[in-house]
Amino acid sequence: MMKKLLGHLSRRHRLAIAPRARRASPGNGRAKRALWLAMTLLVALRAAPALAVEPSEMLKDPKLEQRARKISEGLRCLVCQNESIDDSGAQLAHDLRLLVRDRLKAGDSDQQVKDYLVSRYGNFILLKPPFEWDTLLLWLSPFAILALGAGAALRKSRKGRQAVEDRPAAPLSEEESAQLKSLLEDGQA
Amino acid sequence: MIVEVGHYALALALALSLMQAVLPFWGARTHDARLMAVARPAAMTQFAFVALSYAALTYAHVVSDFSLVNVVENSASAKPLIYKISGVWGNHEGSMMLWVLILAACGAAMAAFSRAIPPRLLADALSVQGVLGAAFLAFILLTSNPFARMVPAPIDGHDLNPILQDPGLAIHPPLLYLGYVGFSIVFSLAAAALIGGRLDAAFARFIRPWTLAAWCFLTLGIAMGSYWAYYTLGWGGFWFWDPVENASLMPWLAGTALLHSAAVMEKREALKVWTIFLAIVTFSLSLLGTFLVRSGVLTSVHSFASDPTRGLFILAILVMFIGGALFLFMLRASSLKQGGLFAPISRESALVVNNLLLTAACAAVLVGTLYPLALESINGDKISVGAPFFNLTFGPLFAPLLLLAPLGQLLAWKRGDLLAAAQRLFVAAGLGLAAMAVFAALHGAPVMSVVGSGLAVYLIVGAFVEIVGRIFPSGFGAAKNAVFRARGLPLSAWGTAFAHAGLGLSMLGIAASGWGVEKIVAMKQGDVYDVGPYQIEVVGVMNKPGPNYQSTIAYMSVKQDGHVVALLAPSKRFFSTRRMGTAQAGIVTLNLGQIYVSIAEPNPNGAIDARLYWKPLVSLIWIGALVMAFGGLLSLSDRRLRVGVARRAVKTQIAAQAAE
Repeated sequence: MMKKLLGHLSRRHRLAIAPRARRASPGNGRAKRALWLAMTLLVALRAAPALAVEPSEMLKDPKLEQRARKISEGLRCLVCQNESIDDSGAQLAHDLRLLVRDRLKAGDSDQQVKDYLVSRYGNFILLKPPFEWDTLLLWLSPFAILALGAGAALRKSRKGRQAVEDRPAAPLSEEESAQLKSLLEDGQA
Repeated sequence: MIVEVGHYALALALALSLMQAVLPFWGARTHDARLMAVARPAAMTQFAFVALSYAALTYAHVVSDFSLVNVVENSASAKPLIYKISGVWGNHEGSMMLWVLILAACGAAMAAFSRAIPPRLLADALSVQGVLGAAFLAFILLTSNPFARMVPAPIDGHDLNPILQDPGLAIHPPLLYLGYVGFSIVFSLAAAALIGGRLDAAFARFIRPWTLAAWCFLTLGIAMGSYWAYYTLGWGGFWFWDPVENASLMPWLAGTALLHSAAVMEKREALKVWTIFLAIVTFSLSLLGTFLVRSGVLTSVHSFASDPTRGLFILAILVMFIGGALFLFMLRASSLKQGGLFAPISRESALVVNNLLLTAACAAVLVGTLYPLALESINGDKISVGAPFFNLTFGPLFAPLLLLAPLGQLLAWKRGDLLAAAQRLFVAAGLGLAAMAVFAALHGAPVMSVVGSGLAVYLIVGAFVEIVGRIFPSGFGAAKNAVFRARGLPLSAWGTAFAHAGLGLSMLGIAASGWGVEKIVAMKQGDVYDVGPYQIEVVGVMNKPGPNYQSTIAYMSVKQDGHVVALLAPSKRFFSTRRMGTAQAGIVTLNLGQIYVSIAEPNPNGAIDARLYWKPLVSLIWIGALVMAFGGLLSLSDRRLRVGVARRAVKTQIAAQAAE
């Protein structure tokens, strides 16, 4: 199901960037390939031929527009590398931004917009993965590692404290006292 | 001819690296000094041959030898010289060549500057370095040959991807690779120590300069990459939690932890096993990054499966080295003697906390990067792990470090006084709170920015409290001899202070991003826009040809109170060979903040879509990284850490042992 949708998406994406498309920016069509090439370096560079949010897309009502931006920040441009639709210049991101704004204009709440998009594209579209059974490890393992490490360190430190406290400073041997005395006398002289 | 020489040199380098892998190792086992002595010249000659091969490839790019597939696919005659040279590493084969070149350079550097290291340890370490070299040279020769010919040769090439035709390409990858691969030295030494089964504080002294150097390069490399993305992307983001970026952040986090734990090991002989483990993990994460980026697994698990040659090869290298090293670690770790006891409140404990948090933060990045790949290959579910996830996991794990760093600096080794240390941070905390109040009054919301900037100011001031305390031991009144004392302080103390302060500066820059102003407009000539404290006027738009592109440039002036304070020229470039466009943002730095403008192509009605930003204090993000690296450099030049000192120390040790 998911794959079919994605296939459909990328087909649409390719169609949308045919030479006579509305935004004839030639870079768009090669965005994915450019991305792949850019990734031959260890730098995260994306093709950014067009601007992300365009003036013509923006809603008249600033409150609604702000909500749209906020939602967009959490939605992944499905053909991009971990980029939100708010930041992406890809055609698909443009379409999705319009979709979000249409839903908002129709009176959807933020959650309804997100639910709608998830029902269409799956969890893949959410940049913040939902907290579910199959993402439990994802969300919890960093903190589990911290807890485990802290536990191990505490156990060790308890041993360390005992060792430090149990070991009173050994009294000086006669030889050492003599040495100390001579040193002190030297210092005064 | 030159190309064939390069190809042949690469094959010879492989043979040499195999020799370097086997002979010294055998010598170390059989106590044969002659075999062990092979390691150093082998490492140096291997480097010479790789360098020769690399030079040949560069030559082919510079003279545009289109009989080479690699040159055809990534170059064109009209490309400016700087991109012909840096374009060598702007593609898969070439960047692997750069990787191996630096790996060989690391081996040669270790051979040249490590006379202090006991011969058996050095022989084993260079042998491990040889295995690494062999693996990657074989990878290049078998799966990614940059010297493959093309018959018949075309008239011209396909040009380099326009996104990569940027000065950033000349600087960022070499710096990043020096950091990544620099950790290979530490890895090799750790593996050698495990093979030899002997581990003492001297080991921390051996690895510290290499760790510091690699860490400095990695810091600069990441910062440079971030700035490059910032100015090319067109909306001024500087970090995206992209898997490719995460791949570079993970070794940095582990490397930072390693720096701190190595300090404990060096001073107190504690955390030995942990330091060795981190040494292995840091370079393993570098290898993992290489695998993620080079195998294509990130673009899609399916594309990886459809052409797995390269991916599987790197995966095999990855498994061999990480698995091998961890196996060795498992065998030997329990036999390593632990030393250096310390109380729960002490510098050591503070550094343990530092390591815990850094490791957990690193784990968050690792899990977030790999989880989607794992989940998809297990049950086919596709999920995305983006910025919101990392803000919620990495954020809370990293933030306490900012609070604790100045405190840790003030705790004594072995047993510290928490209350006294906290009291000494009174001024830093006060200034932090004052900064919060000032920023809140000036900029207001968001709360995170206010809190973050206060924390950053506390960290910057707190970084220097320890040093100030040592320069003025009895208050500022007794300033006599202050200069003398300042000069007498070990450089590593200054290094720590600067590195921590640099982190604080970066945090301040990041926190301030919440106060940015954004305008998205369709602009026309003569329009004036208010952006933060400035007004931006569109003066005119012009078309202008470049060497291998056409550009549209918008000229703008930045005004404050009616006076022009700066000029801007954001542009849009179109490269005809690849039929691709790039955006060049117009950026000007004013009072540490930046005005940032990027434009799209003109609309049919003549207006140009543009994004205008005012980003207060944003330049501090990268200035902070520079200061961090400067701190590392100071630490690196500390007398104690210089290469010869360890040797002298070893000599005295040997002399002492002989006397016994």
